[in-house]
Amino acid sequence: MTKNDALARMLTAMADDALIQGHRNSEWTGLGPIMEEDIAFSSMAQDKIGHAWALYRILQEELNGEDPDSFAFLRNEKDYRCCHFVEYPNGEYDFSLMRHFLFDHAEAIRYQQLRESTFAPLRPLAEKLKGEIKYHTLHANAWITQLCRAGDESYARMQSALNICFPLALGIFEPDQEAGTILEAEGIYPGETKLKEMWLDRVYNLCAAAGLNLPAESSVTPEYGGRKGYHTEYLQPLLEEMGAVFRSDPQATW
Amino acid sequence: MDQPQYSLDPRVNRLQLRESGEPVEVQEGENWNSFEVFHQEKRGAHHEHVGCVHAPNAQLALVFAKEQFARRKKCVNLWVVRSADILAFNAEDEDMFANNAEKTYRDASGFKVMEKINQFKKSTHDKK
Repeated sequence: MTKNDALARMLTAMADDALIQGHRNSEWTGLGPIMEEDIAFSSMAQDKIGHAWALYRILQEELNGEDPDSFAFLRNEKDYRCCHFVEYPNGEYDFSLMRHFLFDHAEAIRYQQLRESTFAPLRPLAEKLKGEIKYHTLHANAWITQLCRAGDESYARMQSALNICFPLALGIFEPDQEAGTILEAEGIYPGETKLKEMWLDRVYNLCAAAGLNLPAESSVTPEYGGRKGYHTEYLQPLLEEMGAVFRSDPQATW
Repeated sequence: MDQPQYSLDPRVNRLQLRESGEPVEVQEGENWNSFEVFHQEKRGAHHEHVGCVHAPNAQLALVFAKEQFARRKKCVNLWVVRSADILAFNAEDEDMFANNAEKTYRDASGFKVMEKINQFKKSTHDKK
């Protein structure tokens, strides 16, 4: 495997995560619990899809990749590299919020590290997304804290959502030995294990502040497979819906 | 017992209003509040009132205000203030603000200096 292959794998995984999570978040548009939150969540969904687009562009421009639109919408399911976590249906708002909290803190840490990447195109991108991701995590923290203090039922639902989300969230950091070794050696990023440790530290402290018990990593089985192209039953229907308009006229310009 | 009237809006739902119309006591913090939002366009500029958001507390009001009022327009900061914390005069006290007829000299709009300034500018320019 060449350095460029390894890079393409990493960027595809990051972009697919952002695209699918963005699409899931956008499914709340018009259905959010209150108008202000509906707008905030939809707005963050747009941000995520923008992040995906920026990464697909880097793939195209720097690594001989395909046109971002076709790459995003016309691949087969097994060619997507997103983790299972982002594929799951939205569920109740507690699940969606907890996923947003765990996923966006992972994004925050990943992009923070990429600001020092030896792969030059990632540095300005990571710098540019800093503010958006800061708002996403601020929004998530504010909701988690609020709901954990809003009474017994509310607290119990947040804890239960955390228990369900945690093994799925570990799937964000699914190791890719072959590509990972190259990327670490080249100084492109510090590797999934390192990122996961930083994420656990950060999330643990935030959970503790909200009174939530973060399950022990050793007590759960991380949900892996997405990075290797094995997906849940939820991805294919999502891809069909997401790409329906694009496939209706792939030659159209947007 | 009447069925509570449910609404999709949590601010309404939480009060558990009943059809019999018996009075409901609103506890502080139980119901959501309105917050007035003030938008600052650049550092050092004054904050301008732009609208309001509903939220359970000031922190979430600020989080909401960011998307409602800072997304489409340049913004460097926001303030939120609970609408209930704003003290204002009653509408019927508006007469307090009326100036008496003989005090028009107090109206800044009454000064006609611009004409004089322009005249002065013109005269100094002509001299050069």
